[in-house]
Amino acid sequence: MKPKVAFFDFASCEGCQLALLNCEDELLDILACVELVEFREAISERAVRYDIAFVEGSIHREQDLERLRDIRSRSKVLVALGACACNGNVQARSNFVAPAENYKSVYGEEERNRVQTDPDYWPLWSHTRVRAVHEVVEVDFFLRGCPMVPAEFLHLVKSLLTGRTPYFPANAVCVECKKNDNECVYDRGLACFGPIAYGGCDAVCINGGHVCDACRGLLPYANVEAHRRMLVARGVDPDGVRNRYRLHLSNDPLAQEARR
Amino acid sequence: MSDDKTYRIRLEHITRVEGHGSIRIDTKKGAVEEVRLEIVEANRFFENFVKGMLPHEVVQTVSRICGICCVGHQLAGLKAVEAALSLTVSDQTVRLRKLLNESQFLQSHTLHLFFLALPDFLGAPSILPLAQQEPELVKRALSLKKLANDYTTVFGGRALHPMATTVNGWRRLPDLAQVEAIHGRLEGAVAEVEQLLAVVKTLAVPAYERDTEYVSLTHPGEYALYDGEIKSSHTGASVPVADYRRVTNEFTVAHSTSKWSRWHRDSYLVGALARFNNNFSQLHPRAREAADELGLKSPCFNPYHNNTAQMVELIHCLYSSLAGLEDLLNRGLVEEEAVYTAAAGQGSGATEVPRGILFHEYGFGDDGRCLAANAIIPTSQNINNIEQDMKAFVPLMLPAMGQEELARHMEMLLRAYDPCISCSVHMLDVRFV
Repeated sequence: MKPKVAFFDFASCEGCQLALLNCEDELLDILACVELVEFREAISERAVRYDIAFVEGSIHREQDLERLRDIRSRSKVLVALGACACNGNVQARSNFVAPAENYKSVYGEEERNRVQTDPDYWPLWSHTRVRAVHEVVEVDFFLRGCPMVPAEFLHLVKSLLTGRTPYFPANAVCVECKKNDNECVYDRGLACFGPIAYGGCDAVCINGGHVCDACRGLLPYANVEAHRRMLVARGVDPDGVRNRYRLHLSNDPLAQEARR
Repeated sequence: MSDDKTYRIRLEHITRVEGHGSIRIDTKKGAVEEVRLEIVEANRFFENFVKGMLPHEVVQTVSRICGICCVGHQLAGLKAVEAALSLTVSDQTVRLRKLLNESQFLQSHTLHLFFLALPDFLGAPSILPLAQQEPELVKRALSLKKLANDYTTVFGGRALHPMATTVNGWRRLPDLAQVEAIHGRLEGAVAEVEQLLAVVKTLAVPAYERDTEYVSLTHPGEYALYDGEIKSSHTGASVPVADYRRVTNEFTVAHSTSKWSRWHRDSYLVGALARFNNNFSQLHPRAREAADELGLKSPCFNPYHNNTAQMVELIHCLYSSLAGLEDLLNRGLVEEEAVYTAAAGQGSGATEVPRGILFHEYGFGDDGRCLAANAIIPTSQNINNIEQDMKAFVPLMLPAMGQEELARHMEMLLRAYDPCISCSVHMLDVRFV
């Protein structure tokens, strides 16, 4: 029997599911090997149990917690799909502000008070905090990045289908960047997270002329203090350092000091 | 009892749309009691958390509002930021951005029409059974989608959340050999797109009409996708983008975490059908012919025909891209430095994205960091109009349809708008003082 595979999304841009749909060459072959039972963005079929569940997005409300726990209880393997699921991504920056303030600034105080006390719809308006998936349920594998990397997705699926454990090396972005012969971002006079960020993305942003902002999270052995000193030495002021550490790393435990 | 037409329809988390929406319809003995489109998406509060960012960081961050419209968010964001900083970008930058935008139209319209909407018309739950039943069609659509993604990648550096274009220019210009390859593949796609058009011609579109206000950009020189003023079909006139708040007039309802909009009427429609209605004469001649072959006439008041208008725009973007790429290959590219000085200022920008007109506005302080932000997304402008359509159509459909068929037509209606719900809820909105 083909393994049952499902996709779920919480707060996100749904770009990681789109990245999967962008594997046009492999899509039909993958579908021949698995039974795609749920994928709300793309199909209408539904199922009860899953061999592999992919969860995209960060978790914000009570009703989202319940839904996620339910998915976990019905899944053999659960994969956090993309930066929002893995570390809360950019929206985790909203955690520095109280939920009530966030609502007030978007909808206005009067409207906030009205919708949050609505007898029918108050649960929609119960944002508490941006959390990564692993902060709520156990996660078996992480597909990092904003967006996720299709090659890593394919590696994971192929490994699970053949009974192997997927392997994602904990190398810095710099490793791939050097292989690609890019001019070092620091030599261009700019600051970069490449030395301490999880690679696996082929340093795609630096290839494209940009810098790395560590959307894939910090390596477990990252020397954050040294990196911070490097930024300061490049003329980034304390506000600037804090701000850079709050782009994709607002919820990363290793960045706690640097973003304070 | 289906005879007395007492229905309680609850369609939770509608599938084959971007984001989370639910439909709720209650009828009692043939009379409509309640029709609601609930938007249940969680908030992400972009408005507040982009504060403190530098202009180029704001743009790379707001790209994350939406995976499907990431290019559009970058372009509208860039235009707003550049207006705030009083920057005038080069002609080359504008030409490249237009092509980047068209690549996203090709990708998005293909995805929506042939993967999300088509199953409705062929009575399938999704593209999966169609891959078995209509393998040639699915492969053809997949190959066009891949081509469009490769086109975005050549210009943007990658298909999702591209990084190549930035404030005041490009971090990395496209490689001309790759541009030439894309041009060649697009030429090859002309025949393929004609095949897809032939499929769309066979689709039976539900015949329900409601005259509403159609809002889009309009431009004297071209079919407006990248730039222009805001046009209303109600007045026939246009207003400058800087006046966009007069257009959107946002308000909040409890059953939708996306805000609602209205202008001259109770609601308005944005997207392919609005652009088609407002700017029909500026479409590429082959696109106009295709509209004729599809039986689509401007103005069209049937929202289900937004799908058909997307097919027409697909053809327009294909020919427009071919001309634009050829022009680019003739001109060649010159390296320009994309630098800017952070400064205080406030500005707004708009662009058309596949789902309709998109507005961004930003304010920056003396330290160059973002103080206030606002983005109004096409779907948040459409939600009100979709619910108004539902309220108009349910009583018309009820006498002739059973519960399941009615529910199916409502889902199809929502899907026809190609809604982008995460986008609509993750809007930025801060009042400027």
